[in-house]
Amino acid sequence: MMRTIFPVAVVVAVIVGLWYAACIPMNIHTAATQAERAGMVIDPEGAAERRDMGAIALALRNTGIWGDTWAQDKPRLPAPHQVVTELWETTVEKKVTSKRSLIFHGWVTLSATLLGFGIGTVAGILLAVGIVHSRAMDMSVMPWAIASQTIPILAIAPMIIVVLNSVGLQGLIPKAIISAYLSFFPVVVGMVKGFRSPSQMQIDQMRTWSASRSQTFWKLRLPASMPYLFASLKIGIAASLVGAIVGELPTGAVRGLGARLLTGSYYGQTIQIWSALFATAILAAVLVAAVAAMERATLKRMGVGR
Amino acid sequence: MISAKSLDLTFETNDGPVHALKGVDLDIGKGEFVSFIGPSGCGKTTFLRCIAALETPTGGELTVNGMTPENARQARAYGYVFQAAGLYPWRTIAGNIKLPLEIMGFSKAEQKKRVEQVLELVDLAGFGGKFPWQLSGGMQQRASIARALSFDADILLMDEPFGALDEIVRDHLNEELLKLWARTGKTIGFVTHSIPEAVYLSTKIVVMSPRPGRITDVIDSPLPKERPLDIRDTPEFLEIAHRVREGLRAGHAYD
Repeated sequence: MMRTIFPVAVVVAVIVGLWYAACIPMNIHTAATQAERAGMVIDPEGAAERRDMGAIALALRNTGIWGDTWAQDKPRLPAPHQVVTELWETTVEKKVTSKRSLIFHGWVTLSATLLGFGIGTVAGILLAVGIVHSRAMDMSVMPWAIASQTIPILAIAPMIIVVLNSVGLQGLIPKAIISAYLSFFPVVVGMVKGFRSPSQMQIDQMRTWSASRSQTFWKLRLPASMPYLFASLKIGIAASLVGAIVGELPTGAVRGLGARLLTGSYYGQTIQIWSALFATAILAAVLVAAVAAMERATLKRMGVGR
Repeated sequence: MISAKSLDLTFETNDGPVHALKGVDLDIGKGEFVSFIGPSGCGKTTFLRCIAALETPTGGELTVNGMTPENARQARAYGYVFQAAGLYPWRTIAGNIKLPLEIMGFSKAEQKKRVEQVLELVDLAGFGGKFPWQLSGGMQQRASIARALSFDADILLMDEPFGALDEIVRDHLNEELLKLWARTGKTIGFVTHSIPEAVYLSTKIVVMSPRPGRITDVIDSPLPKERPLDIRDTPEFLEIAHRVREGLRAGHAYD
């Protein structure tokens, strides 16, 4: 345990260190202006003088205001502790029902993610079953599935929102559909491979027992595909989250992590943007870990996990 | 029991037709232990697959228990043992043996009874609850034989079942297989490319050669039914082995 904690801690410390270091040149210009206004002597004097100056040179000549670069209101790059404080204030200290609570926004996004993930997974598995059992579907569906993923989601998401809005669907469902649009693909690809993973020998063996196609599917193809399913689900759930967030952008949405990103950028609230980004990353990690836990439990029940 | 008359099987490939089997005539009687031996490409496995209706001959006649191979399969005439044990890693040994029984629709009680019986038969009693990865290669192959025996077909077709095992395990399993054959009275078709294995096991040895796949010699073994492993040092044994080797060489004379 200690052997793994130490290297992990070192990596985290290095990243945090680099981050603090990067904040200095990023925020030095505004920090210098503010300090000068407050009566401090800055070298060189006057914002106009400094405008074309390199950030690193300016930082080296004014080491005294480094601390200020980590405490800006609207920094170009917020310092780690600012993001952590914002995360803390908007999760633990805010009521869940508050519009400023990240838990509230996180749940809005999460519900769309989970619904979309469910739709995408079911659709992906059904398509894979069809593709494996029907040559016609293999030839016709797969190219479309691949083509669907070459369209940038940012381009098609507004179209989906507009089209669905015109038939009266708003809020959760359009976001879930965009989310499903992203997550069905890894499931199709993974499950087609999984359903085809039994060897020719195992298929022949089924034939020697005169097994029907459905018996071969339920007793051989489906259990054999489980490791592939979970690999796909891990990619799928992360893609679902991205889809739900992208789905929140074009509506100028007022709720959800995507909305926090959007309003943050409207008002230059970089700390808010970064804390929403981190909330998203943490949510994604939790979701992937949940799928991994399901995988372990399933494989263990099947007797394959050791 | 199994009868082939001028059986042909030609595969159409991009490089022209390949004659996997040409003019194969063979009769296998009830309770016989027949080995098919020959170099790779001689059609020994293909012939076994024809019997199992996994391949369809392009000419000639083939009957299994007086039926077409397809009907014989429907009537559960044979159990097939492949080169790899092919056990499902997500099923226990008992679960694996149950698999064909589930597919064929045996009752739960009957499944349980038969699993116990065949585990006993291959000397794996008590291993039913284990998973395949907990067993050695030899034990896995025994489990796969048990699975082929579970629905009590008259014929057991074995395609190099011990090919991937080391010689010591292989000798042991050969001995066990003979005992099993004596106890059950099955008709066995056994593909191998080991001369000692073929001679040791069989009542009839079919020597085959490639391009086109055909039978070059059929040897009825004069060895007694009781065969301890050291029978392999007797002059009779060596004489048959010699004849098999001659047959294999004759097949290669065309090259």
